[in-house]
Amino acid sequence: MSKVRVLVGTKKGAFILESDGKRENWDVSGPHFTGWEVYHMKGSPADPNRIYASQTSSWSGQVIQRSSDGGKTWEAPGGGVTIGPGGMPRGESNKFVYDASPETGKPLTTHQFYDGTQKPWVFKRVWHLEPSLKDPDTVYAGVEDAAIFRSTDGAHSWQELAGLRGHGTGPKWQPGAGGMCLHTIIINPSNPDQIVIAISAAGAFRTDDGGKTWKPINRGLKSQYIPDPNAEVGHCVHHIAAHRSRPNTLFMQKHWDVMRSDDAGDNWREVSGNLPTDFGFVIDVHAHEPETIYVVPIKSDAEHFPLEGKLRVYRSRTGGNEWEALTNGLPQANCYVNVLRDAMAVDSLDKCGVYFGTTGGQVYCSADAGDSWAPIVRDLPAVLSVEVQTIP
Amino acid sequence: MIRVELPFHLRTLAKVDAEVQLEVEGAVTQRSVLDALEARYPVLCGTIREHVTHQRRPFIRFFACEQDLSHESPDTPLPDAVATGKEPFLVIGAIAGG
Repeated sequence: MSKVRVLVGTKKGAFILESDGKRENWDVSGPHFTGWEVYHMKGSPADPNRIYASQTSSWSGQVIQRSSDGGKTWEAPGGGVTIGPGGMPRGESNKFVYDASPETGKPLTTHQFYDGTQKPWVFKRVWHLEPSLKDPDTVYAGVEDAAIFRSTDGAHSWQELAGLRGHGTGPKWQPGAGGMCLHTIIINPSNPDQIVIAISAAGAFRTDDGGKTWKPINRGLKSQYIPDPNAEVGHCVHHIAAHRSRPNTLFMQKHWDVMRSDDAGDNWREVSGNLPTDFGFVIDVHAHEPETIYVVPIKSDAEHFPLEGKLRVYRSRTGGNEWEALTNGLPQANCYVNVLRDAMAVDSLDKCGVYFGTTGGQVYCSADAGDSWAPIVRDLPAVLSVEVQTIP
Repeated sequence: MIRVELPFHLRTLAKVDAEVQLEVEGAVTQRSVLDALEARYPVLCGTIREHVTHQRRPFIRFFACEQDLSHESPDTPLPDAVATGKEPFLVIGAIAGG
């Protein structure tokens, strides 16, 4: 029987939740990397035993951890074995240095700060790790201040794909409230040279040549909180999701508005429909139904909790516009948690499982595509991210 | 032998006890001590000072002999008591939270 492994990043460490395909009884391991913020963990689709984790701290900076045995043991690649010039060992796995080379780093001038002034890029942390679909040693990292890096040696060393910041609009990018983070990376399964990323608050961008060149893909987004609501960049995209079988159809949870594109982001249209509020952070797609999508509406940008204290997932079976509230098993009174942008995931079992984590430390699972929910754990530290591996 | 005490999170990262002992060649300064520390425990590169600039991370402090040495030049000799191993060089995570 297949099993599922849920990778949970929290404010104070990482947890791994495992169950068989029934998804009723769970083994919990952790905390791993105790006391550190774990912004994201994700397994390699090419080798489920290979997992990458972003371990970060305001005190001690960034560490990338890697497991080759499904999360039982971890190592910081390069933390003790990489030999640099002169025979000195070097820790490279946490070295994210913006490309300033004359060949590729048109660099980088500055980006806009909260107060409108220009600031230089400064690396702060890795928000999202996206392993290659085919090679366990290749992994992309979305970082703050916004940039994308790639490792082809299992996270020993990282190189920036500088074309993203070098394409010209960088000086107009500005941080969202959480920082200027690159938080979403979607690799097209049928064309790995096509990658979609999203940045708060710059918007969405796409490369069609493996990361050499990039272009903004924000046509159709309207953001009333910026001077030009239809600007080419400056939109606060919270998350984007796509179904493997339809990589050109993208679903976006923007700061406000749920959006959809059917041409890989070239054009967007709003599909918020009958949602009670279209502010939120997460969005995901059913594993087997490309038109079934999930969001967790949050009251507003000033009040980051569910409307009326009722935690409700909304599901659309029509690719947006028509939404139904899913409440069975979720708290329907006095619930004031948030669900952060990388904290929802789906498994690929026959009856699609849907998972999300809250800032209150609960991780909920639905083993029936959202019809009913149950907490796997209730009292973790605030959940920053949730990913799921379906293990054959 | 130079004694260096690390904060909890860096101990667990480097898989060491609170105090590590290092051989430092030449003048004993913040820079030479941290160079030796990172050479012995590469996983600590970037966690105490920035990779490229080697500037102290903002929330990390350096204490020794009841003095705050955080704002001293990295090339200023450390107190004799540190250089002789009588006192440890303390790497501290600044207190913050709630």
